[in-house]
Amino acid sequence: MKFLVVCRRELRSYFTSYIAYILLAVFLLLSGYFFYSDLIFFVLFGGYVLPTGLWQFVFLDMRLCLLLVLPLMTMRLFAEEKKLGTIELLWTYPVRDGEIVAGKFLACWLFFLVMLLLTAINPVIFYQFYQFDVGPLLAAYLGIFLLGTAFIACGLFVSSLTENQVVSAMATYGILVFFWFMTWNEEAASQSILQAMLRLSLFDRFYNFSRGVIDTRDVAFFVLFAMFFLFLTLQSLGVRKWRGVR
Amino acid sequence: MIRAEHLTKRFGTFTAISDVSFAVERGEIVGFLGPNGAGKSTAMRILCGVFPPTSGRAVIAGYDVVTDSLRARRVVGYFPERVSLYLDMTVREYLRYVADMKGIAARERRAAVERALDGAAVAHVAHRLIGTLSKGYRQRVGIAQALLGEPRVLVLDEPTAGLDPEQVAEMRRLIRSLRGESTVILSTHILPEVEATCDRVIIINQGRMLAVDTPQNLNQRLRQTSQIYLEVIGPADQIVAQLHAVPGVLSVELSASPVDGVVALTVATQKDRDVRADLAACVAAAGYGLLELRPVALSLEAIFLSLVSAPEPSRPPVDHEVPRRLSA
Repeated sequence: MKFLVVCRRELRSYFTSYIAYILLAVFLLLSGYFFYSDLIFFVLFGGYVLPTGLWQFVFLDMRLCLLLVLPLMTMRLFAEEKKLGTIELLWTYPVRDGEIVAGKFLACWLFFLVMLLLTAINPVIFYQFYQFDVGPLLAAYLGIFLLGTAFIACGLFVSSLTENQVVSAMATYGILVFFWFMTWNEEAASQSILQAMLRLSLFDRFYNFSRGVIDTRDVAFFVLFAMFFLFLTLQSLGVRKWRGVR
Repeated sequence: MIRAEHLTKRFGTFTAISDVSFAVERGEIVGFLGPNGAGKSTAMRILCGVFPPTSGRAVIAGYDVVTDSLRARRVVGYFPERVSLYLDMTVREYLRYVADMKGIAARERRAAVERALDGAAVAHVAHRLIGTLSKGYRQRVGIAQALLGEPRVLVLDEPTAGLDPEQVAEMRRLIRSLRGESTVILSTHILPEVEATCDRVIIINQGRMLAVDTPQNLNQRLRQTSQIYLEVIGPADQIVAQLHAVPGVLSVELSASPVDGVVALTVATQKDRDVRADLAACVAAAGYGLLELRPVALSLEAIFLSLVSAPEPSRPPVDHEVPRRLSA
């Protein structure tokens, strides 16, 4: 249960350093604004098909906000401890590396969940005026939840590589944006490579969810993506065993 | 309590420590003495489970630090060279967190935290944010963190570095107060430190062990000759000649004079012979003014030079280059 101790300290640190409040405020403001403008767009031009007319745009926009905010949440997880040197003491306590990774991941993940739940205010208010089918909305929420989980795992890994938080955030942006945009230039890639890239692209995997479609292959992709990066994080912590501590 | 056998640690092509073996009995205070970069921290980090040795093994309280790492770490309290604490927590919050990380049961936690606060004399700043504390207090919080849960083995990496003299004295008192209860390994590059606190010294340089002994024996063994420093008012030539005649004196050298008219001398004497009274009597009998007379303490540099250049019979000659400049 040591991972809960790690998790509690991380959460505490988010809230004492005001990072949590600022990121939460920015995220909610942006996603609220996008919901508002997408709703206006839907009312004017939407064609009355809610999943493709409104949810798709709302969640594709929310995905942008997540891309902006989550690397800023994950950047400090290991980088700060490395910079401060507090990580060395962590290695000497009777705690497994896996518990440390799990605790830090969980802290960021819980924060992300709260963030996501708070955005539900928008559709809840909307529901008061227009009783829509909630199924597609829940599917989209599942998608964005999985997407965010993948982002966090990736950011956690990058954070374990550096002691510079800016480098940590920037490299996470690099990796995520690459996974996202890599299929944009479809014409330039040969068919076989394109097929492989489509399967790996975060953008294409998320697209179905935003339209209210849950495909187990997409779910599996995001889960594997996250697990892969968590595994890499664990490996990266093991590097100290042959490279030492600064 | 602690047994290290042929510990070697390489980082890439760099060998941090090479074939280091020692044993520490229960309740002993042992000092690692060596210049910066000698491999003290590497050896301590291996003992604390930060990383495993490249070869060799270390056992703490019966637990191998590699194969039984979690259990070994449970009996060790570590004070790192770079005291790094979470600056955004209060001292008490931080110690509570450490108690949880060390796996101290919830019902014993409060008492354990209070004991650590008292032990390191930080109880009166328990409510303060660590970020607002001075270096000396942070160092003490670091000690409290190591003491927490009363581990059977304490590994302290340069516990007095960066403290002012009063705090150094206090830290040494604290370490001495642990004698008998805990087994302590501490590292330092300051010679008087080991003399003040340690039962035994392990001298380490460039990753290799040069000697293991009590501070007293080491001092004795190292002093092929003893040196005495004098400041005398009088004619230099005659003073040198007369001191030379004192039985037991091997050589007399003039040092740079501190003030005009004062002759500064360094007298080398036979090892087991205290000639200080004879020297004083000689100066007084000749009618010169004796301003100062004191034994010259062996510097860390001198110790290394003598250990490296004059290997004892039981030990194979050390085959690496003599360090040019060592901080003492």
